[in-house]
Amino acid sequence: MPARVPPLGSPSFTSSTQERGARVPVNRDFIGRQYPASTTYEVGREHVRRFAEAIGDTAPASLDVEAARALGHPDVVAPPTFLTVLNFRFALEGPVADPALGLDYALVVHGEQSFELHRPVCAGDVLTSVQSVTDIKDAGRNELILTATEVTDAAGERVATLRSTIVSRGTAAPRPDRQEAS
Amino acid sequence: MTEVGTELPSVTFTITRADLVRYCGASGDFNVIHWNERVARAVGLPDVIAHGMYTMALAGRVVSQWAGDPGAVESYTVRFSRPVVVPDDEAGARLQVSAVVEELREDGRAVVALTATVDDAKVLMAARAVVRLP
Repeated sequence: MPARVPPLGSPSFTSSTQERGARVPVNRDFIGRQYPASTTYEVGREHVRRFAEAIGDTAPASLDVEAARALGHPDVVAPPTFLTVLNFRFALEGPVADPALGLDYALVVHGEQSFELHRPVCAGDVLTSVQSVTDIKDAGRNELILTATEVTDAAGERVATLRSTIVSRGTAAPRPDRQEAS
Repeated sequence: MTEVGTELPSVTFTITRADLVRYCGASGDFNVIHWNERVARAVGLPDVIAHGMYTMALAGRVVSQWAGDPGAVESYTVRFSRPVVVPDDEAGARLQVSAVVEELREDGRAVVALTATVDDAKVLMAARAVVRLP
């Protein structure tokens, strides 16, 4: 029986219902494509707290407004990796969720991640982003999909740059010129 | 006094299935391999694995706690070198994180190198954070 995944509104997030073992290469026409977010993402005070709690982070500035203000922030400060929430929200309308990319999400593992925070992210920020596919390439029998997300605030100022490498396990096209390692 | 070679307090984290479910909800990443053993095995994984982002977030706590302000972390980069397998028991996986100041920059930033292991195997490689010092 195929697994059922919570309905997140994206076909790729139900990809585990696809037939397994197909391991088809992803569509490299996606290199260079850009995906501006269709809406804004509002950083909520309770969400910052909930995220901090989920990672066991007890930093007062992430939980308590007064503690944040004492450090000079306008409101509770998001933990450094919080923008993964925004990344996931907008991933649903980005390349990874586009069925035409041909990615089976159950075959995906995270390869690399970086956060460059041009300023702290705080509750009350109204953010938007542009995702882009910077490269797709083989790494042995796997494929690497490199994406970048530029996050800006309501004033149009740069807030953060996120770079991700995701690994599509075992989907690289067989190459006759290369000995297939196990 | 912070100097090159200063070691940050190291921390051992326990990661259980319940932690992964909580992180699914907080992050929005509901990839089945993080909560469904049957699907994880069907796609060739040894068991349910932790979100790389969850491992990254736990390791990051060592840095932000040392900095005293989560807003002082200006960049944070990791490579996920091996999955953190999380068995369906109370013990879970034990993630050990240590960190050391690798560089002090003239602009008042410290570059911190992190080491994260499970069962003595590195699960993060090339993990670096740049922190603004007070």
